[in-house]
Amino acid sequence: MSSFITILSRDLKLAYRQGMDSVMVVMFFVIAVVLFPFGVGPEANILARIAAGVIWVAALLASMLSLERLFDADYEDGSLEILILQPITLEIAVAAKVTAHWLTTGLPLIIAAPVLAILLNLPADGFAVLISALALGTPSLSLIGAIGAALILGARRGGVLLSLLVLPLYIPVLIFGVSAVDAGLGGFPFKSHLLALGGLLLATLALCPWVSASALRQALRS
Amino acid sequence: MIHRFANPTRFVRLADVIQPWAAGMTFLFFVTGLYFGLFASPADYQQGETVRIMYIHVPAAWMALFCYTAMAAACGTALIWKHPLADLAARATAPIGACFTLLALVTGSLWGQPMWGTWWVWDARLTSVLILFFLYLGYMALNNAFDDAERGFKASAILALVGFVNVPIIKFSVDWWNTLHQPASVLKAGGPAIHASMLTPLILMALAFKAYYLWVLLIRMRGEINAMKVRALRMRQVQQADMADKVAAGKVG
Repeated sequence: MSSFITILSRDLKLAYRQGMDSVMVVMFFVIAVVLFPFGVGPEANILARIAAGVIWVAALLASMLSLERLFDADYEDGSLEILILQPITLEIAVAAKVTAHWLTTGLPLIIAAPVLAILLNLPADGFAVLISALALGTPSLSLIGAIGAALILGARRGGVLLSLLVLPLYIPVLIFGVSAVDAGLGGFPFKSHLLALGGLLLATLALCPWVSASALRQALRS
Repeated sequence: MIHRFANPTRFVRLADVIQPWAAGMTFLFFVTGLYFGLFASPADYQQGETVRIMYIHVPAAWMALFCYTAMAAACGTALIWKHPLADLAARATAPIGACFTLLALVTGSLWGQPMWGTWWVWDARLTSVLILFFLYLGYMALNNAFDDAERGFKASAILALVGFVNVPIIKFSVDWWNTLHQPASVLKAGGPAIHASMLTPLILMALAFKAYYLWVLLIRMRGEINAMKVRALRMRQVQQADMADKVAAGKVG
C-alpha cells in the first residue's frame, strides 16, 4: 500500500511540476466540444439533443490523448526498469500510475463538463446524471487505456496506433455513459445504466492492471 | 504432443500433405454449395430470391467469430507455452478473419437494404461485429508496428486476448438486446429452425469457408516461415560481411 502511495505521489508531483500537460487535455476537451455548435449550427434544441454524446466523445478523445505519456516517459528514461526490479507487485505500480493519470486528466474533465453542458444547452435534469456517469466512466477509460499505453511501448507511430487499439475497447463505456444521460433527460430510470458503468469499472479495475503489467513485462524483456 | 509440431520443417512436411486436400475440399464444397444455394434451393416465401445472400453472409459471419477464436487460442498458446508456430498461426489468421468480417458486414448490408429498408442500423449485433473488424485491424497494426518481430507478436497477442471479450458479446447480442437482426436460427437449443432444403446449402457453404480458411492459413503460415528463414539468412550475411570488413581492416585476427 505504501508503495502505491509513493508511486502515486511521485506521478502527481511530476504532473504538477510539468504543469501544462493536464491543462492541455482540458483545453483540448473544451475546444473539441466548442467546435460542434459551429459544425451542426447553434440551434438550442439540436445542441441539447446531442450534448451528452458530444461531451462523452470529447472526454474519450481527451483522455486518450494523454495516454501515450502514461508509461512512455518512464520507459525512455529507464525508470520503468527500476520499477520492475523493485520488490513490489508491478500490478500495484500500474494501478498507482493509472490513478495518477485519472486524477490529472479524468478529474479535470469532470470538473469542466458542467460548464460545457451549459454551453451546449443541456437541460438541468441531465447534469447530475452526466457528472455521475463521467465519474464512473472515466476511471474505466484510464484503466483500459493503460493496456494500450503499455502495448505500444517502443512501437513506431505509437500515438496513432494507440487510438486504433483503445477506441474500440472504449465503446461500451461510451454506450452506457450516453444512454444514462439520455434516460435521465427523458425521465426514465437511469440507475441501471449507472450500475452497468459501475460494473464495467469493477471489471476493468480487476483485469486491466494485470494485463498492462504483463504487457509492460513483455515490453522490457525484448 | 503440442511441441511435436513446433519444428517448422516437420510442420511444412505436414502442411504439404494437408494443403492439396484442403484445396480440393474448398473447390468441392464451393461448387456443390453454390449449386444448391443458387439453383437447387427454393426462394423464401417472404424474402424471395434475396434469401440466397444468406449462403454467403451466415458462413462468413461464423468464420469471422471462428477466426478470432482461433487467433485468440493461438495467442494464448504462444504466450503460455511459447510455441513458436502459434505466433505465426495467429499472425496468418488475422487478415483472413478480417476479410471474413468485412464480407459478413458487406453482404449483411446488401441483404439489409431490400429486407429492412436500410443499409445499416446501429443495433447490437451489427455494432459488435464492426468492433470485431476494428479489433482485427488493431491486431494487425500492432503486430507490424515494431522493428523487433518478437515484440510485435507478444504485444498483439495480449491485445487479441483482451479483445476476445467481444466474441461472446457478438454471439449473444441478439438474445441480450432487442435487435433488428434476427436471433440465431441454426445453432440453438431445440434444433435448427430452418428447412432442410435451405440448411443443406448453408452447411455446404460453411464447410467450404472452413476448408478455404485452412487452405489459405497453410499457405500464409508457410510464407511466414519462409520469411523468417530469409531474415535469418540476411542477418548472417550482414554479420559475415561485417566480419570480413573488420578482418580486411586488420582489426580482428
